[in-house]
Amino acid sequence: MSGGLDFEGWTCPVPLRDTPTVVMGHGGGGAMSGELVEHLFLPAHGTAGNTVLGDSAVVDVGGARIAFSTDAYVVKPMVFPGGCLGDLAVNGTVNDLAMAGATPLYLSIAYILQEGTPLTEVRRIAAAAGAAARAAGVRLITGDTKVVDNGSGDGVFVTTSGVGLVAAGVEIGPHRATPGDAVLISGDLGVHGVAVLSVRAGLEFDTAVSSDTAPLNGLVAAVLATGADVHVLRDPTRGGVAASLNEIARTAGVGVSLEERRLPVPGGVADACSLLGLDPLEVANEGKLLAFVPRDDADRVLAAMRGHPLGAGARRIGVCVPEHPGMVVARTALGGTRVVNMPIGEQLPRIC
Amino acid sequence: MKYLDEFGDPELARRLLDEIHAVTTRPWAMMEICGGQTHSILRHGIDQLLPESIELIHGPGCPVCVTPLETIDKALAIAERPGVTFCSFGDMLRVPGSGRDLLSVKSAGADVRVVYSPLDALNLARENPDRQVVFFGIGFETTAPANAMTVHQAERLGIGNFSLLVSHVLVPPAIAAIMESPRCRVQAFLAAGHVCSVMGTSEYPPLAQRYRVPIVVTGFEPLDLLEGIRQTVVLLEAGRHEVANAYPRAVPDAGNPAAIAMLGDVFEVTDRTWRGIGRIPRSGWRLSPRYREFDAEERFAVSDVRTREPAVCRSGEVLQGLIKPHECAAFGKQCTPRDPLGATMVSAEGACAAYFAYRRLDLARRS
Repeated sequence: MSGGLDFEGWTCPVPLRDTPTVVMGHGGGGAMSGELVEHLFLPAHGTAGNTVLGDSAVVDVGGARIAFSTDAYVVKPMVFPGGCLGDLAVNGTVNDLAMAGATPLYLSIAYILQEGTPLTEVRRIAAAAGAAARAAGVRLITGDTKVVDNGSGDGVFVTTSGVGLVAAGVEIGPHRATPGDAVLISGDLGVHGVAVLSVRAGLEFDTAVSSDTAPLNGLVAAVLATGADVHVLRDPTRGGVAASLNEIARTAGVGVSLEERRLPVPGGVADACSLLGLDPLEVANEGKLLAFVPRDDADRVLAAMRGHPLGAGARRIGVCVPEHPGMVVARTALGGTRVVNMPIGEQLPRIC
Repeated sequence: MKYLDEFGDPELARRLLDEIHAVTTRPWAMMEICGGQTHSILRHGIDQLLPESIELIHGPGCPVCVTPLETIDKALAIAERPGVTFCSFGDMLRVPGSGRDLLSVKSAGADVRVVYSPLDALNLARENPDRQVVFFGIGFETTAPANAMTVHQAERLGIGNFSLLVSHVLVPPAIAAIMESPRCRVQAFLAAGHVCSVMGTSEYPPLAQRYRVPIVVTGFEPLDLLEGIRQTVVLLEAGRHEVANAYPRAVPDAGNPAAIAMLGDVFEVTDRTWRGIGRIPRSGWRLSPRYREFDAEERFAVSDVRTREPAVCRSGEVLQGLIKPHECAAFGKQCTPRDPLGATMVSAEGACAAYFAYRRLDLARRS
């Protein structure tokens, strides 16, 4: 493409956009978030270089392979159809560990509470966190609490970190995506994001959609038990499937080809997205995983997923290809093709 | 809304495509007016499936794109004032003014809010009587009725701390301006279905006759678009310069009489500058004298705004259908959705953003 259009370089290594302050898009899980990490945090932390940016870090500690992950939760509103901040925070970190193929074991949890928040709300969130930990088979073993002035926070913010053990021989990460891999999804897309939007102030709409927040470690265990050589696992949270697949494609230098007709988008999600001008591929999930597995292993992995309650809707949605490295391309239902983009910042509902 | 899925049915689409291929004997260039249609065409790959001799020229119907720079700079100036709560639809927040956008003004401390209806902004005004609440009222005939209703309500309820920054634009004068351009290649128009669902179809026969172009009212789902294109080709091949309605399920010929009456009460026709195109006579609406007190431009007296457009941006030619987005030297280089030089690269409905989003692969293969 020399002398042609510079599509490859459009987010990287473009320097951090010239804004002197943090903008909401820096937290959207898309290109702006990635730039903040790459151009500000990694250099400042001195960890730039060969870092593989997965959902968890995997390190050797005293002969054991430990997966370690951390995540902060600021969802608004704190309670939404299908879940709340508490179970979301536990499931999110459990899932980030599980995506490295780890068995999640122990979590820490920190609460930042705004002065004036009713204790009933705090109790509800804490109870949901406890219940989610029991359901996932992990223990909350340490934590912290801080209170900030009224106006300095927004109700309750939660941070969780966790560790898990990675079994010998398990090597899962975005760098392993290989042309020929089947791309699988464990079920319906976009339900968490739509459920949260449906109760957001100013946008309330009636929908039967409720969040899919769930711990995926059981589903991952079922997949690994097949003995398949699983290359990549990723839970497509903020930025949705579009962001996850673009990250994987760029990390591994491969292309991803999707069949739009195979994408499991439930009616309620399709309707809400159509109304708001959003792409279901960019909407957050909290209880789904993407898997890249060798073509020959795809059927047994799919069968294992479908045998688990959280993978009943699993299906093959595409294939990893050597063409268009770093790019995700979808074949449309009508038979055309389109590029599936890395979301940039926040999703902004359109004007008309 | 199973309803919508049915209008994307691949089998029926195949049949319509076959018919279009069968009736097309010559090259034709038609313009879809609305950015929503451009987006849908590229999103579904419809342009790739049409006969090669049919060229779709992408029109100026992206409200975010044509809102003049001066108005955006005024919005930024008003939003920065202490005591102001500035409300807008989401996709206006990233449109660059002369160097900044509403998102960066927000991050610097201004009270900028995304709302989903102008009535939400009016409620904010009612709940916060000590704040001046301003709504950014832009768009075509589609978004105007809700804005008109909101101003009408503000007057009726005596909500004095609400105002509207108005930059409404109208489709028919834009069609005339495009046809008057000496470089115009457009032979037919797909009229914007949702504009017509408000205004009806009566404005179009005089345009069709004067400029000798068929105009077909067209919807937004894949089958709607294909049917609109099919009817357009049939009219073109027969040499008929008529108006047809390929979107009758949403567009009665008379439009929405209640909305039209409300628009006539609240707004009056005015000259408007279209970003990238220029001044088009009688091509927009402003508040009528009766409601002028709700005009944010008057209330905040923002008149000393000096604008600055990036010299390299050719969005004006894109908006007039004179060039395709990738023919601009900045496309995909200095200008991306991440760092847009012009509004056509910002809005999902802007032609440059749609090309960047959906056609990077084809364009890369070609270059």
